[in-house]
Formats: sequence, structure tokens, C-alpha cells
Amino acid sequence: MHRFANPARFLRLSAAVLPWSALAAAALIAAGLYFALFASPPDYQQGESVRIMYIHVPAAWMALFVYTVIAAASGVALVWKHPLAHVAAKAASPIGACFTFLALATGSLWGKPMWGTWWVWDARLTSVLILFFLYLGHMALMNAFEDSSRGERAAAVLALVGFVNVPIIHWSVNWWNTLHQPASIMRLGGPTIAPSMLLPLFLMALGFTAYFVALLILRMRAELVARKVRIARMARVHAPAEMLRPAPGGAA
Amino acid sequence: METLSQFLAMGGYAVFVWPAYALAAVVMIGLLAQTVHALRARERDLAELGETRGKPARTER
Repeated sequence: MHRFANPARFLRLSAAVLPWSALAAAALIAAGLYFALFASPPDYQQGESVRIMYIHVPAAWMALFVYTVIAAASGVALVWKHPLAHVAAKAASPIGACFTFLALATGSLWGKPMWGTWWVWDARLTSVLILFFLYLGHMALMNAFEDSSRGERAAAVLALVGFVNVPIIHWSVNWWNTLHQPASIMRLGGPTIAPSMLLPLFLMALGFTAYFVALLILRMRAELVARKVRIARMARVHAPAEMLRPAPGGAA
Repeated sequence: METLSQFLAMGGYAVFVWPAYALAAVVMIGLLAQTVHALRARERDLAELGETRGKPARTER
């Protein structure tokens, strides 16, 4: 596993993946938008408002997927001390926070015409709001300490403890009597919605995943460069003292 | 033209559908722009540090 710990190896691998993931994101989201807005029928109950689902559902899936990635990276970071794992977790959490925000906001925009309310404190909505706060807490902890390794460890513990929320979100619609409808795709016995609606959902979900991969690579690179800058600045602060010590040794 | 206005009307749900898509576009493009901007800024920092640090250090030694 530590073979991949080498940033040079990561940078080489990511340079190969980045253009493909960016291209895939653009193409899949473009195709997804075409089917979401033009080439799919209105729902017989929801009418045209069903088109909000093609953003809402993939964004909500990404909110859970990105959190799972962060929890896995945090586990790897704490157990195997893999140096890139904290970098990955730090790079991923703002992306996950954005997807969670989109899931909440688009859900609200759908809820107003369909449920007659922007928000209800039902189990699904509340547990996703908690997920959003977990993301914000993770981002805050990462930068909370002067010593960045302490912040990373604290954030990793939060990510792992908070992971208990992910299965709660998934099964909240079954465990509690919620206004939010139960799963219609990821369920035993297969999806219950029409293929013409499944296609834009999957295209958008794959497009969002490719977008996540591209952004994760860019953000990890930025973090690796930021670390180099920190180390270089530290060396610069300490270097003059070390250089001066032997020279004025006789004088002082 | 009628089909376009019909499309934009979204069966009466235009005020809910379009903000949802606009918000997704703003958030996702905004995050991409912020990410690229931050990466470039850090790379610039590193390049500047390399220049100011490398030269005087060599002359002092």
C-alpha cells in the first residue's frame, strides 16, 4: 500500500486519470442534461417537477459516497499512517459538502410544490442535515490546530464516528415514518421506476462521480503543493539561524 | 416559439425546476473555479519561494 504513498507516483497516476475524468464528467453531464430536460417524460403524478430529481438524487448519492470515501481514507490514515490518506480526506470534504448542500436545496425546491413545504423535520431530511454539519465540522477541524497533523487526526476520528450516520440516512425511510419516499432504485427486487427516467439519473450520477474524481485530484495536488510551500517557508525561517551560527561563533 | 415557452414553463413548475438546475450549475462550476484558482495560487507561492530562497542561499554559502 505504501507504494502509492510516494507523491511522485500519485502525481504521475493522477496526471493520467485527470483528463479522462474531466472529459467523462463533461460528456456524461451533458448527456444527462439532455435526457433530464428534453428526452424524458413528465411524471404522471409529479408532472415536470420530476426533473428536479435528476439533480437531487445523484447529488444525494454523492453526498453519501464522498462521505464513505472520507471515512475509508480516515481509517487508512489512522491505521496504516498512509501519508496521502489525510490529503485525500481533506481534499474530498468540501466537494461532499457541496453535494450535500445541493441535495438539501434541490430537495427543498421539489418539496415546496409537491409536499407543500420547503422543509420538514423528518428522519431523512434531518439525518442529511446532520451529514452536512459533519462535513462542515470535518473541514473546520482540519484547519483548527496550529499543528496540522493534530487537526488531521481529530478530523479523521470525527469522520469515522460520523460514519454511523450513513446507514442511518440510507434506512431512515424504512425505520421511521417519513414524508420522504422510500428507495425506488437501490432496493431488493430492482428499481421500480421507468427506464426513461433511470437513464438520466444514472448519466448524472456517473457524471457527478467523474466530476468528483477530477476535483479530488486537483484539490489533492493543491494540498501537496501547499505542504511543500509550508516546508519551504519553515526551512527559510530556520535556515538563516543555522547559517549564522558557525559564522559569528568566534565573535560572540 | 410556443414550444420554447412551453419548455421554459416546465408545466407550471418553472420557478422550482430552473432554480434547482441553476443552483447546481453555480455550485459545481464555482467549486471547480475555486479549486483551480487555489491550485494555481499555491503553485505560484512555491515558484516564488524557490526563486527568493535559492539565490541568496547560494551566494551566502
